[in-house]
Amino acid sequence: MSDTLNDSPRTLPSDPSMTADAGGEAWESIASLRSMSALMLLIDGRFPAGGHAHSGGFEAAAANEKVTDIASMEQFLLGRLHTTGLVAAAFAGSSCLSFGRAARMSDEIGHAAFSESLAALDAEFDARTPSPVLRVVSRRLGRQLVRAGRRIWPHPLVEELARLPGQGVHQPIAFGVVAGAAGQPPVLAATAAAQESITGPATASVRLLGLDPFEVNALLARLADDVATVGAGGFAAASSSPADLPASAGYLIDISAEVHATWEVRLFAS
Amino acid sequence: MRSHAVLDIGSSQTTQGVTRSIIERMRSQGALVLRPTKEVLPGWSAQWNVPGTKPVMVRIVAGAAGPLGGDQLRLEVTVGKGAFLMLGAAAANLVLPGVHGEQSRSDVSITVAEGGTLIWNPGLQIAARNCHHTTLSTIDLAAGARLYAREEIALGRFGEEPGRFRQRMRVIRDGKPVYDQELAIGSGAPGWNSAAVTGNRRSLGTIVIVDPQRAALPQSQAMVADTAVMELSDEATLISSLAPDAIELGRRLDAAFNGLLADA
Repeated sequence: MSDTLNDSPRTLPSDPSMTADAGGEAWESIASLRSMSALMLLIDGRFPAGGHAHSGGFEAAAANEKVTDIASMEQFLLGRLHTTGLVAAAFAGSSCLSFGRAARMSDEIGHAAFSESLAALDAEFDARTPSPVLRVVSRRLGRQLVRAGRRIWPHPLVEELARLPGQGVHQPIAFGVVAGAAGQPPVLAATAAAQESITGPATASVRLLGLDPFEVNALLARLADDVATVGAGGFAAASSSPADLPASAGYLIDISAEVHATWEVRLFAS
Repeated sequence: MRSHAVLDIGSSQTTQGVTRSIIERMRSQGALVLRPTKEVLPGWSAQWNVPGTKPVMVRIVAGAAGPLGGDQLRLEVTVGKGAFLMLGAAAANLVLPGVHGEQSRSDVSITVAEGGTLIWNPGLQIAARNCHHTTLSTIDLAAGARLYAREEIALGRFGEEPGRFRQRMRVIRDGKPVYDQELAIGSGAPGWNSAAVTGNRRSLGTIVIVDPQRAALPQSQAMVADTAVMELSDEATLISSLAPDAIELGRRLDAAFNGLLADA
């Protein structure tokens, strides 16, 4: 993420009081700071899109697979990040690209092309989500994200998404569009989706197991290289045709999700 | 080694009105040797409602060890309108490293036309230590085609860590994606052995079933350990299973599949 920011062309702010050099680093432009503020809002755990009710498969893994300490949790997060996280990054990047393309076209043509590309992405994501339980969860989270996004960053293309018939689109596809409406470039949409694939389970671990939140967050910080790799990989794949997007699977997460849904008492919806 | 095998199955009507599947083209090369067989169909295939269609049965016999690093294997199969093919491996494949660490690669491309039926059973793939292999399989079904596709993978031989192994399977029906999943294990796939992917099991496998006349899935099924039956769409079902070894994997897949049939 930081590489991308550092490589982007800089415009020095017009306000001379803002040009103070912090440790030799020039300030980013006001526009990029505004964009960063929107990104921080979007991926804040308190963003009202319903993510807090889901553990990303962690609740089942903790109970059945003895993922109960930082070491086993690190492996779980790595596995999740490089499978479902990569797929989410690629689809979020791709739908964010579609958003950008459509936003530059006239309304009529842009909206039609946008709906068509999202439908193709949605069908491909469906084929990469074999668990019916996780398909329902992903669409529900997608709807909740669109509901929040259309109020927070109003945009005609987000409205277009809200108007789609049926159960709405899968979460990563909605995420790419809402990220676009929040002014994010596709590479950041992809990286943020990768990051979100592990912050959910990490937060859940603190609530479920009472793991030390400092240690859990230190682990998330250690995984920054992996998040960057997966975000960059997802973005690199994002311009491929939807059929060629990554399909890396979390086999045990899928099987566990089907079993978890039958539990009578559970703290998280998935 | 480069091996490119081709198999085209068509169908014809006999004078008694029976539909007979016929081999229209069969080409073997190198490691991929195709051999027609006369076998008894598995009993459950009767539930597929393809009366009168005489199937063609072909086994893939390994013409060489491997796949070895550096091998490029390509298998192209077409099943024509109304034809019925049962295609399977004669034995397990041991996926081995090459002498100079080259990658090996298998591409499988199968199309099944309207009313066609395919039973695809490529056999156990054993990802040996230090192997570096990728398999890409695409099965393209017309509307109204039927499929039973079973894939089984052993993560290393006994007491051995597997090398780098990727396997992607994509099933399309009537131009739309039904199932697309990729397994990646070994170095280059961080966390593959965790509770997110294989959870220290040594073997995993799937059965994808596409049947236009499928009955509704039973409401409740006997639980099979580390195994789930998942509805992909109105016509498609996935059985996904993990197991401590390949023998137990076969048992679990069979048990889950038989559970589906018992209630059908």
